Amino acid sequence: MPLYGDGNKDSKGYTYINKFFPRVDAKDKVTGRAKYAADLTLPNMLLGGALFSPYPHAQVTSVNTEKARSIPGVRAVLTFQDLREEVSWGYYTFMSSRLRYQGDVSAIVAAEDGESLAKGLAAIEIEYQELPAVFTVAEALAAGAPLVHEGNEECAGNIWAHSRYRARKGDAEAAFAQCDRLIERVYETLPVEHAYMETEAAVAAPDPTAGLMTVYTGAVNPYFTRRWVADALGVPRAKIRIVQQTVGGSFGGKEELLGLTASRAALLAQATDCPVKMVMSREQSIIASTKRHPFLLKYKVGVNNDGRLQAFQAELIENVGAFHMHEFMNFRASVHAAGVYNIPNVKVDVFGVFTNTVTAGAMRGYSSPQLIFGSEQLYEEVAGELGMDYVAFKRLNMLRPGDENACGQKMESDIILPEILDQVFAATDFERKRAAYREQQDVRRKGVGMAMFYRGCGLGAESPDASAGFVCVHDDGSVMINSGLVENGQGLKTSFTQIVAETLSIPPETIHFIGVDTHTIPDSGITAASRSTVMGAQSVKLAAEELRDYLLATAAMMFHAEPSQVELREGMFRLTGVPDAVIPFQTVCNVHHWTGQQAGVMRWFKPAPLSYDMAAGQGKAFPTYSYGCVVAEVEVDTLTGEVTVERVTCGHDLGTVINHKIVEGQIYGGVLMGQGFALMEGLAVKDGLIRHKNFDTYMIATALDLPEIRVMLFESDDDAGTYGAKSIGEPATEGVAAAIISAVKNATGLTIRQIPINKVSLLTLLNRRSQAAATEDSLAGATEDSPAGAKENPQGAATENPKAGATENPKDKEGGEA
Amino acid sequence: MILRLLLNGKPVTTTIRPEQTLLSVLRENLGYTGAKEGCGVGECGACTVILGQRAVKSCTVLAAQCEGASVRTVEGLAQDDRLHPLQQAFIDHNAVQCGFCTGGFLLTAVALLERDPHPSRREIQEAISGNLCRCTGYVQIIDAIAACAAGEGSGEGQ
Repeated sequence: MPLYGDGNKDSKGYTYINKFFPRVDAKDKVTGRAKYAADLTLPNMLLGGALFSPYPHAQVTSVNTEKARSIPGVRAVLTFQDLREEVSWGYYTFMSSRLRYQGDVSAIVAAEDGESLAKGLAAIEIEYQELPAVFTVAEALAAGAPLVHEGNEECAGNIWAHSRYRARKGDAEAAFAQCDRLIERVYETLPVEHAYMETEAAVAAPDPTAGLMTVYTGAVNPYFTRRWVADALGVPRAKIRIVQQTVGGSFGGKEELLGLTASRAALLAQATDCPVKMVMSREQSIIASTKRHPFLLKYKVGVNNDGRLQAFQAELIENVGAFHMHEFMNFRASVHAAGVYNIPNVKVDVFGVFTNTVTAGAMRGYSSPQLIFGSEQLYEEVAGELGMDYVAFKRLNMLRPGDENACGQKMESDIILPEILDQVFAATDFERKRAAYREQQDVRRKGVGMAMFYRGCGLGAESPDASAGFVCVHDDGSVMINSGLVENGQGLKTSFTQIVAETLSIPPETIHFIGVDTHTIPDSGITAASRSTVMGAQSVKLAAEELRDYLLATAAMMFHAEPSQVELREGMFRLTGVPDAVIPFQTVCNVHHWTGQQAGVMRWFKPAPLSYDMAAGQGKAFPTYSYGCVVAEVEVDTLTGEVTVERVTCGHDLGTVINHKIVEGQIYGGVLMGQGFALMEGLAVKDGLIRHKNFDTYMIATALDLPEIRVMLFESDDDAGTYGAKSIGEPATEGVAAAIISAVKNATGLTIRQIPINKVSLLTLLNRRSQAAATEDSLAGATEDSPAGAKENPQGAATENPKAGATENPKDKEGGEA
Repeated sequence: MILRLLLNGKPVTTTIRPEQTLLSVLRENLGYTGAKEGCGVGECGACTVILGQRAVKSCTVLAAQCEGASVRTVEGLAQDDRLHPLQQAFIDHNAVQCGFCTGGFLLTAVALLERDPHPSRREIQEAISGNLCRCTGYVQIIDAIAACAAGEGSGEGQ
């Protein structure tokens, strides 16, 4: 299919999708009318707060709340002793005497105002015994290491047994023995903060009409929030109602701390019989919320001298911190570990290790930004070892239709990656620049680099990608959509509205999308995995199709004709072959209502079953895949170590573009997030304690860091998603860091094996190389400590050492451009 | 203590505590929740309002220092149902995603265009560099402000 927007905008022949329509929630947001949870005020509402752990690992030895309770304005003080059950989902605790990381809570307070709340929290008399702790993967795996979850059946030592996933294809061990070359490398990434602008907030209100409790909050999955709250209060889920408020960004993160915050507010609301609002401060949000987790990526590759990849082995270890509930992240990691390449023999093992540090969770990509950085750098290094051009190497080994990926899934649908590569390279003058930049000696050096990747759309085999969709029509012709999936800011309400408009063929302006209220529609799973437009909208489309049939029957009755003779087009019912026989949508809806016809439809969508064997790590993992390529252009100041990203060009396979401006918005935001992951954003953690607690020290990109971003949208023919749409939320960010690091390598010749790489760490690498060049002979065979398992996580440390990159070729003492 | 403000052109009076920030007074005393708290330390700009002629981060301004001052918030930008041209431009250019930062960007942009009706793209970037957005990558926000500065903002209410 052609490039979208290249004179082919309407090539797919749609009326209301495949074009820009203003966001349905934009007017409320530009006028300040949109309400976020922290904006709510209810009569008699109290404020809630939590007492977080001062230590990364501690046992509470005594607690006395008498003084706190006596403070004027304090209405309730609860501790772990007041809970019916400490532990909820993913081993997280609502409150606990055993504090496993800095984000754990031992007590909560409700008070009439902020001042008494602060006094109440400060007046809790509590003593701790600090416990031995583990912070890194190496410490956690060491013999005799203190256990983060002793006695937990799901743990083997500090290894989270449930997090073990694998992918297998052929026989990697046997293939290694036959290969011309074996190359081993280790890469590492640091934790990254979501930095959604709205912190976690909830208002819990006792509500006998709804059941027991209604919670107003902005969750990435209101049904998970309901589960947290129901568990905390010990009541059936049907008694808890979650009413979704406007969500101030999520990127996968408004889940664990959000659920706990809602639960803690609900506990206090139950204790006081008053509504309780609990809002995390930015500092609390950063210490207690999940992060894009650090990954230790260990690879071994077997390749022949002709450049054909023969075998790929990976051990991918994540530091999951004190808790984790996303075991399926490692399913995705196992399937995608080898990248978008055809390798006959694959052995991938992924697992998580518990430590007493910041917790891991879903963050835009669900492991892919880390893995794409690792594997794309790996393949550049492998090509370099062979003396091959890395792009030629990647093209040679790229997955093609009919090939099998790392878990043996046959690629059945079109793979438009070659077309994307050709067009993105042409648009960026990639090959000419790449060659020209290799031999620079100036202080400021240009670089261009690329990453290519693919992504399974939706949840795939990890769990049922099912959802409910409801569409109903009123007697005045207005239409209402309800879905179990949430608007996080990504544009879901607008995309779903356009999809229903297309299905019914009525203008989007007549459609109203209500937000999630868990009392009104069944659990439709998490709004994640870039699944919503692709899979989640299918149920809404099915409902609209069924509703359309009922309306066509009514119109046929009004025309005195058969339904097959009637069509609904652009808001008008028309009798085929009779040009003047036209009835407006609204008129038919009115008759439809007053004749008692079915006016609302709820449909359930579940994709065709996949056949994936988790134990074997083989099978059909995802219904379809989207493809992409990012080219980054940078300038590196070799005196200061500063990297300026000048231009990023993104080519993505969208299947069908539903709304191009929304897609572009996703990509622009994704590029800056990826740029942060490459250069700025390693969260500093020392001995389990986070040092970057607010935006004065944890830096995210501002408008002055913005490169020129060029978006190239490609459409393809693939009917797996709604109207052929494919994922974009996560693809938008997942390849960016890898492309930037590739560009830095082109500019400097340096191989970077840990990200983010900040000024100091890049400068260290540059200096180390100049020193090495000065004393080349004496340094041959020198070794340095591997960063893997280093005790401290310096922000943006980088590595370029032979030990981390073992190879059979003794010449490999310095990574270099092919 | 008593605080009097000219809030979005209307005189208001409220009783405040001396340590309250302007943000806290707007949100808690007066119910104007369009200004958000994103960081509490003046780094993110979600709390931006216009004090006098200047865009300020209201989480770092003591309310007591604003006695008699004119304060404009996002709620005051539209006149009746007629959107401010910048609001319309934000909609037309898809400059809004989660919306939490949007009010702050709008007020920063209003103050910018009032003091410099024709800023360059670079000047727009500099002006909004104290406002953080994690969703949009800023591009469509800059597009919207630039279009408005070039007189393309329609200003037509929806």
